[in-house]
Amino acid sequence: MKPFVTHEGVAAPLIRSNIDTDTIIPSREMRHVSKQGLGEGLFAGWRYLKGDQETRSINPDFVLNKPQYAGASVLLAGRNFGCGSSREHAVWALLEYGFRAVIAPDFGSIFYQNAMRNGLLPVRLPESSINALGIDAGAPDPGRITIDLQNTTVSSDTGRQFRFNIEPIYKEMLLQGLDAIEMTLKHQELIEEFQTADRQRRGWAYLR
Amino acid sequence: MAKTLFEKIWDDHLITDLGDGSSLLHIDRVFLHERTGSIALSSMAEKRRRVKNPDQVFCTMDHIVDTHPGRSDETTMPGGRQFITRTRRETGRAGITLFDINDPRQGISHVISAEQGIALPGLTVVCPDSHTCTLGALGALAWGIGSSDCEHALATETLRVVKPGQLGVRLEGALYPGVTAKDVILHLIGKYTASGASGYAIEFYGPGIGLLPMEARMTLCNMTVEFSAFTGLVAPDDATLEYIAGRPYAPTGNDWDAAREYWHKLRTDEGAVYDKKLDLDLAQVDPGVTWGTSPQHVIGVSDVVPDPKEEPDTTTRNGMERALDYMGLKAGAAIASIPVDAAFIGSCTNSRLSDLRAAAAILEGNRIATGVKAICVPGSTQVKLAAEQEGLHKIFLDAGFEWRESGCSLCFYAGGEGFPAGARVITSTNRNFEGRQGPGVRSHLASPATVAASALKGRITDVRDLGSRT
Repeated sequence: MKPFVTHEGVAAPLIRSNIDTDTIIPSREMRHVSKQGLGEGLFAGWRYLKGDQETRSINPDFVLNKPQYAGASVLLAGRNFGCGSSREHAVWALLEYGFRAVIAPDFGSIFYQNAMRNGLLPVRLPESSINALGIDAGAPDPGRITIDLQNTTVSSDTGRQFRFNIEPIYKEMLLQGLDAIEMTLKHQELIEEFQTADRQRRGWAYLR
Repeated sequence: MAKTLFEKIWDDHLITDLGDGSSLLHIDRVFLHERTGSIALSSMAEKRRRVKNPDQVFCTMDHIVDTHPGRSDETTMPGGRQFITRTRRETGRAGITLFDINDPRQGISHVISAEQGIALPGLTVVCPDSHTCTLGALGALAWGIGSSDCEHALATETLRVVKPGQLGVRLEGALYPGVTAKDVILHLIGKYTASGASGYAIEFYGPGIGLLPMEARMTLCNMTVEFSAFTGLVAPDDATLEYIAGRPYAPTGNDWDAAREYWHKLRTDEGAVYDKKLDLDLAQVDPGVTWGTSPQHVIGVSDVVPDPKEEPDTTTRNGMERALDYMGLKAGAAIASIPVDAAFIGSCTNSRLSDLRAAAAILEGNRIATGVKAICVPGSTQVKLAAEQEGLHKIFLDAGFEWRESGCSLCFYAGGEGFPAGARVITSTNRNFEGRQGPGVRSHLASPATVAASALKGRITDVRDLGSRT
């Protein structure tokens, strides 16, 4: 996993509530047994006008299609971002498109976990702070914002600064780009001790 | 110390506190399907990681598989065949039990993991699918995960989990005829919003829960993810044990006795504390139907579509306006007057035998309205066979419904079979998101009874208006 330490970039405002993972990456855009090839399908239902993958055209009204957000790497969103389906494709699609962070008041819990596992930083800020960042981002020249994970701050070049909370487990993993499976395998002895005792206690729970 | 049901299961699976806000939990069962399981298994193979204990892992074909009678590996979904063949190959290599297309145990993962006795009270059960919470109805701690965590569970038999808070939802009273568990969970989401249970594991308790049959509890827990909960749980009782006894993977003999003894203790102790509590009188619940594009956009079937102008919060108001525009509805319209183009009964929410019986009771001796396309997809091959033994398939077919093979089918659109753009569908599924059932498709979530009644009338219909047949 690519570490996340600090990131500076343009923020695109998509401040709507309950943006679900079907909207982030529709099922019809997941055409291969692969974690790649998903960036093109990101927000497909909103980003393109009618038509299939070959014939569709860009929807000029959608925020990501406006020239000032061409290189956006931070997404500002509303409550419950990433609710719905557990598809990790939503995170892979956002990353492949070029996003490194999503700022929202709260997130769907599976999406939140999936984001952390892939180095996409989900930042929780109060709605009022996001609305303030949204005003800056909505300007004709949106300016840039900086996310500093070590100091857990989001700051804009208009001088706003907000602090966010993140669980220590995720902060450490993102800062160092750690692999959760490798970390857990270090506890192999503990796991085996647990299972030996557990088989005594709950033998019925084991199928063999 | 007095503990909640959730705490008891959590503590019995706690390997170690990782000291960073998360805990290492033992995972008893992993369930996979061809949509996301194929990716997790392929990714593990690429990294040369092994499935640690394939005996505890199961896989089914439900998401991509075709549901037309006489199906094969071919699907109408572009690229679909690869998901099926890759899943077959990788489960075979890993030694995982696969309920393949022609296996009589095949079906929707959350339907068959209960049906086969794979999910049991007190177990931790995960699946790379958000509706895994369905199995909380059995008193299992079951939740949906992504691919990365799925690989973690397969490789280590554990997961790193941040402990959620606990929300106790006390149900009292009883449901009126025509009102179902689906209406209860829609009612809760409507009242407290689609993020109302964010950060919590829910336990449903109180006198009302004991009155709900097992399959109704599964429907209730199934949509706790639409409420943004970590999961939903119901303490096992006599009905749970009766449901489990004799199922293929359920314990037998001495193991059954030991399990039963353990399960009897799986209940929230007197004096245990939930972080948050809600109360609901079941008699207050009406049949629900969604009008918008989030499960929180729900009203009683006899109500009118709400007016965004009355909503004080700007983001919520904008969302309501967008939803009305997408759904092609006007504020103030009676929802029960809205014509439908299609009706769908199926999905992990409402496709079990009791759901099909409820719909058939309304359809029996009737024909659906002209021009309505109606489809019934049983939740498992076993459900389908049991329904056919009772003659339910004849009722559906005679009424004008298609009768399909088991799978997730039209609950979501994967690029193959779908409803036409702009079609209005009354559906027993769980998600009314924009484009969920196809680009431009307008989904109205409701119970199987409401779907059946609406299919007959050709418009959204209050099942209670059809008389005493429910």
